[in-house]
Amino acid sequence: MFFPVKEKLKSGKSGSNRRTRRGKRISVLYLLPSVIGVLLFFVLPFLIVVYYSVVDNPINHEFVFLDNFIMVSHNAAFQQAAKNTMMFSATAVPLAVVLSLLLAMMLESKIPFKSQFRTFFLSPMMVPIASVVLIWQVLFHYNGMMNEVLGWFGVDKIDWLNSSYAQIVIVILFLWKNLGYNMILFMAALSSIPKDILEVAVLESASPYQIFWHIKLRYMSSTILFVTIMSLINSFKVFREIYLLKGDYPYDTMYMLQHFMNNTFGKLDYQKMSAAAIMMAIVMVIIIGILFLTENYFGKDVEG
Amino acid sequence: MREKTEYNSNNAVALERWNRSVRKKKKIKHTRQLVRITLVTMVAAWFALLFLMPIVLTITNSFMSASEISANYGQVFATTDTGGKVYIAEKVNLKFIPDMVSFSQYITVLFKSPEYLLKFWNSVILVVPIVAFQLLVAAGASFGFTRYRGRIKEIIFFVYIILMLMPYQVTLVPNYLVSDWLNILDTNWAIWLPGIFSPFAVYLLTKYMRRIPASVMEAAQIDGAGEWQIFRKICMPLCKGAMCSIAILIFIDYWNMVEQPLILLSDPEKHPLSVFLSKINAGEIGLAFAVATIYMVPPILVFLYGEDYLVEGITYQGGIKG
Repeated sequence: MFFPVKEKLKSGKSGSNRRTRRGKRISVLYLLPSVIGVLLFFVLPFLIVVYYSVVDNPINHEFVFLDNFIMVSHNAAFQQAAKNTMMFSATAVPLAVVLSLLLAMMLESKIPFKSQFRTFFLSPMMVPIASVVLIWQVLFHYNGMMNEVLGWFGVDKIDWLNSSYAQIVIVILFLWKNLGYNMILFMAALSSIPKDILEVAVLESASPYQIFWHIKLRYMSSTILFVTIMSLINSFKVFREIYLLKGDYPYDTMYMLQHFMNNTFGKLDYQKMSAAAIMMAIVMVIIIGILFLTENYFGKDVEG
Repeated sequence: MREKTEYNSNNAVALERWNRSVRKKKKIKHTRQLVRITLVTMVAAWFALLFLMPIVLTITNSFMSASEISANYGQVFATTDTGGKVYIAEKVNLKFIPDMVSFSQYITVLFKSPEYLLKFWNSVILVVPIVAFQLLVAAGASFGFTRYRGRIKEIIFFVYIILMLMPYQVTLVPNYLVSDWLNILDTNWAIWLPGIFSPFAVYLLTKYMRRIPASVMEAAQIDGAGEWQIFRKICMPLCKGAMCSIAILIFIDYWNMVEQPLILLSDPEKHPLSVFLSKINAGEIGLAFAVATIYMVPPILVFLYGEDYLVEGITYQGGIKG
């Protein structure tokens, strides 16, 4: 509200309108390389993808409207991939948010070796997934350590990577990789909660439970939103882990949307690919929109 | 007179008693807190152990000799993956410390089989230009976004944010089409160019630059500095830390890349080590741990050197600071 007025005053004071205009033009010049690049590599081809998704093939250019979408959504592989991806995101994202918040709270309390713990929790983020995949294969092998440890508790052997348990392995791998990043975000948010409010709450003899639910969570709502979005995006990247573990065609429950895309790339079926990509984009926009609305609703009364 | 002292001493006794009870309560509270802290530390330590184990195991296992690895893990990486059911009698021995520390794997990787180093070099060649030029493009763009903000710029910035949030499944198809038209498919340019123009760094740096007080730049302008001088002499030095953080984030992201080379580079010769590692076959499994460890070294060095920058970078990303 206040800003435009201030700016107007300033430009009026300096008086040199010509100079402002020149500055404006130069600032556009700075923007140009990036804008051209983004247009060329992301925006324009995306429009082409939209176009491809509604024509029958790149040579004929006949408008078929939603046929491609219907075809893709009836494709068994796509259905499987979409279902798996959704299942995975629906379990992994909430877990990632809650567990990383827990880690952040742990590091916020008065424990020794805080900075060391931070380093340890963050280290999986740095390590390339390709490097540790070998050890994961050893850990989750049919005769591997995981089964041995479970065996001590009388659990039968599980073929982790070649059964429906594969999803669990992937969730664990995902959490291992992403918790540190989320934790840092939550730690920053926790430390940015105004101290006086917490002190007042303690003086008014609020229980730690109340402080957590009514103050801390409230102030962190925008961070929770951000962490959720980032975890969601990262959960779509989990193809990487699965590919490195099991290659192009993993066990059914690990077959993700990116596998579908990759294998469609192999066939160069532009229509299918485009329709799938557009559907993904629409779903993403809807999900992010919903998250933003929720955050607006819950966090509107705190300026943070 | 006497009464008063009595009253006073009574008072003192009461006070003393009260003090003692407070101290006792405090002591209880103190022990309770101590127990709590110990418990939390133990949980944290347990988590830390879980987090570190895969990394440490990879490193220690790289010091095994080839025969030791094939004896322990041979069945895991057997070419025909039977899910291990064939080997029910056998057990995969997870070794924390090798029986005999040997550098033979490293010697083979470094001196005898050049293909690994070649793939490593591929990774370097793919990643370093992206980090450098994405930062350069982003520096200019975020300066453009920061100076003279207007509605059009805000709309463009919004488009950048949306693009940044899109997963690979969405952006890779457009990238593929453009690379196809420009005839750069199967060359490094197909990875470089979309990487360089990725909106990620622009978004982060703009967010940071907009927190520099406008008065700083205005003061320079009044003193007669041109846009270039403001950019070069004021903006860049102030953003040095942020640039380091962003560089680290970009580096991790691309060092880890798998999707882009798989789709945009059909020639396996050009693949980075991250993709190649998954294709190592059973015969060379001994080498794999050594190669994996070597591949970990650059990001770990970056991490040890720049952990604080990394943390700062993540924090900017969340838009929490400031």
